[in-house]
Amino acid sequence: MLSGILIFNQKGENLIFRAFRSDCRPRLADIFRIQVISNPQVRSPILTLGSTTFSHVKHENIYLVAVTKSNANAALIFEFMYRFIMLGKSYFGKFDEEAVKNNFVLIYELLDEILDFGYPQNTETDTLKMYITTEGVKSVIANSPTDSSRITQQATGALSWRRSDIKYRKNEAFVDVIEDVNLLMSATGTVLRADVNGQIIMRAYLTGTPECKFGLNDRLLLDGGAPVSGGKNGAGNSSGAMATSKATRAAAGSVTLEDCQFHQCVKLGRFDADRIISFVPPDGEFELMRYRATENVNLPFKVHPIVREIGTTKVEYSVAIKANYSAKLFATNVVIRIPTPLNTAKTTERTSQGRAKYEPEHNNIVWKIPRFSGQSEYVLTAEATLTSMTHQKAWSRPPLSLSFSLLMFTSSGLLVRYLKVFEKSNYSSVKWVRYMTRAGSYEIRF
Amino acid sequence: MFIGFAPYAGTYSSLFPQSRQGKVAELRQELSSGGKKDKNYSAKKIALKKIVANMTMSNNDMVALFPDVIDCMNLSSLEIKKMCFLFLVNYSRMKPDVALKALPILVHDMEDTNPLVRALALRTIAYVHVREFVEATFQPLKRLMQDNDPYVRKTAAFCVAKLYEHDKKMVENSDLIDRLNRMLKDENPTVVSSVLASLVDIWGRSESISLTIDYVSASKLVSILADCSEWGQTYILEALMSYVPQDTAEALLLAERIAPRLSHSNSAVVLTSCRVILYLMNYIADEKHITSLCKKMSPPLVTLLSKPPEVQYLALRNAILILQKRPEVLRNDIRVFFCNYNDLIYVKVTKLELMFMLTTKENISVVLAELREYATEIDVHFVRKAVRAIGKLAIKIESAARQCIDTLLELVDAKIPYIVQEATVVIRNIFRKYPNQYESIIGHVIQNIDDLDEPEAKAAIIWIIGQYADRIENSDGLLQDYLATFHDETIEVQLALLTATVKLFIQRPTKGQQIVPEVLKWCTEETDDPDLRDRGYMYWRLLSTDPASAKEVVMGQKPPITAESEKLDPRTLEELCLNVGTLATVYLKPIHQVFRAARPRRLQPSPALQRPPLEDGTAGMLDYNPPSATAGAAGNTSNSGLATIVTTGNPISPINPAPPPNFPVAAPGTGPNAATGQTSMNDAVNAADSYFSGVGSQQMASMDLGGRDDGIGNGGAQQMQYVVTQNQQQVYQPHLAGGAATGELLLL
Repeated sequence: MLSGILIFNQKGENLIFRAFRSDCRPRLADIFRIQVISNPQVRSPILTLGSTTFSHVKHENIYLVAVTKSNANAALIFEFMYRFIMLGKSYFGKFDEEAVKNNFVLIYELLDEILDFGYPQNTETDTLKMYITTEGVKSVIANSPTDSSRITQQATGALSWRRSDIKYRKNEAFVDVIEDVNLLMSATGTVLRADVNGQIIMRAYLTGTPECKFGLNDRLLLDGGAPVSGGKNGAGNSSGAMATSKATRAAAGSVTLEDCQFHQCVKLGRFDADRIISFVPPDGEFELMRYRATENVNLPFKVHPIVREIGTTKVEYSVAIKANYSAKLFATNVVIRIPTPLNTAKTTERTSQGRAKYEPEHNNIVWKIPRFSGQSEYVLTAEATLTSMTHQKAWSRPPLSLSFSLLMFTSSGLLVRYLKVFEKSNYSSVKWVRYMTRAGSYEIRF
Repeated sequence: MFIGFAPYAGTYSSLFPQSRQGKVAELRQELSSGGKKDKNYSAKKIALKKIVANMTMSNNDMVALFPDVIDCMNLSSLEIKKMCFLFLVNYSRMKPDVALKALPILVHDMEDTNPLVRALALRTIAYVHVREFVEATFQPLKRLMQDNDPYVRKTAAFCVAKLYEHDKKMVENSDLIDRLNRMLKDENPTVVSSVLASLVDIWGRSESISLTIDYVSASKLVSILADCSEWGQTYILEALMSYVPQDTAEALLLAERIAPRLSHSNSAVVLTSCRVILYLMNYIADEKHITSLCKKMSPPLVTLLSKPPEVQYLALRNAILILQKRPEVLRNDIRVFFCNYNDLIYVKVTKLELMFMLTTKENISVVLAELREYATEIDVHFVRKAVRAIGKLAIKIESAARQCIDTLLELVDAKIPYIVQEATVVIRNIFRKYPNQYESIIGHVIQNIDDLDEPEAKAAIIWIIGQYADRIENSDGLLQDYLATFHDETIEVQLALLTATVKLFIQRPTKGQQIVPEVLKWCTEETDDPDLRDRGYMYWRLLSTDPASAKEVVMGQKPPITAESEKLDPRTLEELCLNVGTLATVYLKPIHQVFRAARPRRLQPSPALQRPPLEDGTAGMLDYNPPSATAGAAGNTSNSGLATIVTTGNPISPINPAPPPNFPVAAPGTGPNAATGQTSMNDAVNAADSYFSGVGSQQMASMDLGGRDDGIGNGGAQQMQYVVTQNQQQVYQPHLAGGAATGELLLL
């Protein structure tokens, strides 16, 4: 497994060097600096030199590097690095060069705790904050053996993500369904790809050890939870049935989830058997699940770009965008980026709504519409004047892209049907749900 | 290189006093300050914080403070203790004699009443690579392995692997591994998963230890999966690779029970589950169940594409691998692998490769439209790959060849130099694959001859000129243009020119008779390149002995080419499938070529194994290497064609011989006792067989690489190496590293 963890700044200075095995020698830092940081040709996150493999992740203005000497589990390495970043963010607010330099000791202490002999150990923020502390994060000091035992039980127990002594006066749980809708549309207007990556974020402020059950309008569940052959074969086997009942399903208001992935608190065996999402949540905010949907994706916006290159000196644009959702809703922060040729000298724009501005540094016309009501349609017309260049190269016409956020709407049609909380003290709790759809990679070629 | 570092601004600068000596002295004084008044040792804490901050940042100046730091180690503050321990771990190797003073403190702390302190001391002492520390760990460790606190026990479990790294012999001669093995019965799942991680780690670095798990234990391990942390689950899943199903129903049941893990949000759990399930499938008889398991793996793999780019990349590389083994896993819509404009380049290139593999007669139109789009993007490397993919699709799917060629010609018309060059190369391959079908486009291709300046493209156009010398009006003129600069060309181009000139002469003797003798003379007398000289002599003799058979040889039918050259050979495929999710799957090469010290994994025979482990007939022919030389020599030669990853040819660096075959112990459980009476002769023979045949196939691969040398110059070899070029971005290229650095690197 990992032989060492290194952190560098962008200049290539080694800020953190922690070896977990004797084969991680200090001069490996120089080698990484020379081979990766100062070598623009290296574009892969994994580099093997001789018997040493460097796997790195760039975050803010630092490089986090894992050194391994064997054919290690690469998925584990990267998952760990991202977890480490998450921990950093939760401890310091922002995990960048400055945070590292102000917290050397704490970072070394964390590394010593979350990796043993290069094997990731408990990385749950809540548990770690019980005994690894900074000025910002104070907690029960672990100097007395009884307190310590509580910590060690927690760190090695089956519910390592939750302390047992959590108390709230008011028990509340907030569920945010956030969907990133991805679209790739061809120049001729056919949808090449449309899918939804959803995540469900939960903020649980619940007393004790609550057992939660969570229900969605998931088709497999609503259809009586009887996937073919006694529930053993789950999603796979029923795909034949899926195709036939497409229409009926849409009418019934249920969605087909292509795939789901859950936070480690969710009892996966239970979900596999009867599609029930049951769990004991961590305290506070966490990502309960991620899912993917590819059928019946509702696209919130339709875009019709007409782009004409007039000779070699001018490009004319006419971009129409229509909101495809109920008139009761409205999207916010709608931004349309319309690429211009690299040799654009100046542009003129006219819009029926919002503002458009040319951003030469990104070769874009940026059209912003702060509030976009459902069913309305807006148009931009623009013209880019080009300088003549000695070396005339065809313009690569990158796709037009959109970003937006739209509340109370899910592209997949997913709805939360219930969230039940069971706790031995039988308190009542308040639950809230929010829906939001954002643009993932929402691209239209022209 | 590294030029010190400037003082930092803001809060940070206070941690770094100015001059070096001054700094050490100042810190020493701070460390001893405070005295009795300082109850919470806050002055000492601040001083130690500065020291820790300076540890990595200012070379090794801080080592001078070692004795002062040890003096602080016994203060009753956990915070101070942790900092001192960190210092100790960092510098003990440099000053073992000073470090020794800390030993009694550590030994004492291992008896502390606070479990966190016990674990900390144990964890720390085992990091210190100093003989006395290692020796002093043994006795306390045995006690702490039975500690009543699970946190201490899991620390102790890893500690055994640490000691094994320091001193194999000493651990093997003790009963530590047996004790570790017994800890598998622990009631705490975290402890059990730690024990397994430790055992697998030891297994990976030992030649004499075998790890076997019987069905009952495997089944129990699967049942505690749900109670482990995500990392613990990964360790358990990795260990399950050592379970060899004896019965097909057992394998199926286990696979079904592991399948729910595929919904875990941690990609390490997902990919490692895939590895175990793919492995168990080898022992499952019923095709229906295999299909159902395959279907379960598909959505999670695609979902990994919404993870960070590094994980996406890994998932895609593994998809390429799994696709070759179990095509039914990726029966998805090919469009999920289309590139997003903002994908990182390594993700894009891998998606492109996967798209190529998934393209069929049915979806080729969609794919071609997509590739055409990519060919207009900005990244040159990616554009080239896209163009090349179009050409390769023409070769892969015959019925779509015309469509591909039209797309290529369209792209060529845009006159972007690197697209033209890439297209020329693939069009050459298309001619080669479908003789007498598409020659009508020769004129179109020749038009751009002046834009070509890369060797590969030049060689391609020269091949076309030579091959079709009789159809191209001014073929001799075109060749003459190139021959004018013959001596400045690369070997690749020179070889192509030689062959083309001979072809010209054979097809149009009157035009060629002037040039041929001249070129043959250059190639045989004025070159230092053995390949060029050999080929020159070969043609010379051929032409001078029998012109008629020369024509037959030179213009004869060529062996067919395929676009599937990046398919892994069955043995490598099998090996990589047992390592899904590891670093080796990024390279998609035989594991020993990248990770020499890695202990090989093979499918173990059992009554339930559906298909016997690969026994390719060729291996038998090749393992006649003198056995004594095999290990060293094979390591050396088999890499010659692929020296890009593994350092070779450095006389100083010892070439690790491949580990000798392991002789599995039939009895369940683990133990250093390699050859008990129970060991059946068969097992040993099988292990030896599989080892030696592994050596054979590696050599086959390297022979294949070198053995392609026909009319198309380097083209053949280039194709064979497709996987290599595909990965250029992570393959080590010595010429990029620069002179001095390279020498240093080889010693890693």
